[in-house]
Amino acid sequence: MRAWVLGDNVDTDAIAPGRYMKFGIAEIAPHCLEGVLPEFARSVKAGDVVVGGRNFGAGSSREQAPAALKHLGVAALVAESFAGLFYRNALNLGLPAVVCAEAKRIRDGDMLRVSFEHGEIVNLGTGETLKCEAIPAHLMQMVRDGGLLAHLEKRLGRSR
Amino acid sequence: MGKMPATLAQKLIARAADRGAVTPGEIVTCKVDLAMIHDSSGPRRVKPMLERLGAKVWDPSKVVVITDHYVPAYDEESRKIIRITRDWVREAGIDNFHDEQGICHVVLPERGHLKPGMFAVGGDSHSPTGGAFAAYMFGVGATEILGVLVTGEIWLKVPHTIAMEFDGAFAPGVSAKDAMLFLIGRFGLDGGQYQAVEYRGAAIRALPMQERMTLCNMAAELGAQTGLIASDEVTRDFLKLEKFELWESDPNAPLLAHHRFNGSELAPQVAAPHSPSNTRPVTEFTEVRPQLAYIGACTGAKLEDLRMAARVLKGRKSAMRLLVAPASLRDQNVARNEGTLQVLLEAGAELLPNGCGICAGYGEHLLPENMVAISSTARNFKGRMGAPSSQVYLASPYTVAATAAAGRICDPRELLR
Repeated sequence: MRAWVLGDNVDTDAIAPGRYMKFGIAEIAPHCLEGVLPEFARSVKAGDVVVGGRNFGAGSSREQAPAALKHLGVAALVAESFAGLFYRNALNLGLPAVVCAEAKRIRDGDMLRVSFEHGEIVNLGTGETLKCEAIPAHLMQMVRDGGLLAHLEKRLGRSR
Repeated sequence: MGKMPATLAQKLIARAADRGAVTPGEIVTCKVDLAMIHDSSGPRRVKPMLERLGAKVWDPSKVVVITDHYVPAYDEESRKIIRITRDWVREAGIDNFHDEQGICHVVLPERGHLKPGMFAVGGDSHSPTGGAFAAYMFGVGATEILGVLVTGEIWLKVPHTIAMEFDGAFAPGVSAKDAMLFLIGRFGLDGGQYQAVEYRGAAIRALPMQERMTLCNMAAELGAQTGLIASDEVTRDFLKLEKFELWESDPNAPLLAHHRFNGSELAPQVAAPHSPSNTRPVTEFTEVRPQLAYIGACTGAKLEDLRMAARVLKGRKSAMRLLVAPASLRDQNVARNEGTLQVLLEAGAELLPNGCGICAGYGEHLLPENMVAISSTARNFKGRMGAPSSQVYLASPYTVAATAAAGRICDPRELLR
């Protein structure tokens, strides 16, 4: 998993610009982060990890922000901290978001292995292990189910 | 032994979670009294998900739908979004539908949907606006709104409370927007730590309801889950409630932090491009010459905001293009009847529709390349209001109006003397 490293306070207007919001996610995703990392949407590969600093995902409630990252194949988000609304949105879409106080030790292009169960990130290049906060149990179950919609589908199916 | 002292946030959540008391940090499930959605994050997103689940809305009487992002529709996509919204409201049996009446956060209390003590969610990040009415209200995304529409419930981590107290009284020409830009500049976009921010003090108590809404609205830019203000006679009078319910924090309730400021010393603030936290006093920006002044959005174009702008612009002409998009149709009508709107029009203002418009990057008036603008809205992130090369300065309606009149960023206190 290649790390794409961004700075502090990356906002939802940068991740999913408002002027494309009237379109579906397939049209929005190519513009993901275009003002910050113009090559990102073209170059990101399935399984890559996006690493932010403080307050990743500040701003809007637009779910298209984590949805665009997921659509491009991003497998996980790592940040020193997330904006609360964005954090909920990411997990609701089944995109794991991991809080890691030492996220700034990760360099752009590093290869990472992120383990949600153990709450740790291994930097495959340096061999370094970074501790992160575990995703709360009730949310991890939802992420494993594939997000809130799939989780509800399972729950409602069972109660029928 | 008596009950442990609790914050307003704890009391509101305990009621909604059907618990005697809740502790900050614990995860609880709350029953939702009201769910608000708009045309962008609402029906076009939740309808297909409801169909996939074969589920219905848990209680249509508790859902409010408001069109504000794509109104008036201006192209094929926006027409489709509005059509889906109108059709779904009918199918789902939702009576609380306000179509092209203004921005959801302003229309919701204006039409009497909010009351002190409620627990509410909104499909929009500025939903903390409802906290001004001593209701717990916060924003969520479309899938989470779907969860609420199906179950009538939502989880949250009980927040700690950060008290922001302003003593004294704001000077003429200084407003709630200045207080928020000041706080965001001081504490940063994550200063609220996704906890509850509660505004207190004599300067806050003296504010009219819509100014209080501005404080709670921008709790979003402060990174709080919600902003709260205890209920009082101002709340009661605005909502025209017969029975007044007092919802407030207990005197000794534990706080994560308690910040005290002298409201009398607060100067008008301006946030430079490209962050609301990029704030300094207006006097440091007087060399900047914007080409456009914008008075709009839930943050900055309510009736009180229009009145502020009119106080400055009375008998003056705008030296630049001045766009005014009143936040609700009702506010616009009151402004017209009392003469406020005429003052703005005589100053040269162009009137835009009652919706989110440029603030959310929608509509036909987006900022062109390299445009420098001053705006009464809440966010100036790069490219939000148009071209990525455009530059947006955020300020109060007083300061935006003073800037329009002066042709450069201007301290409104100079023109109000």
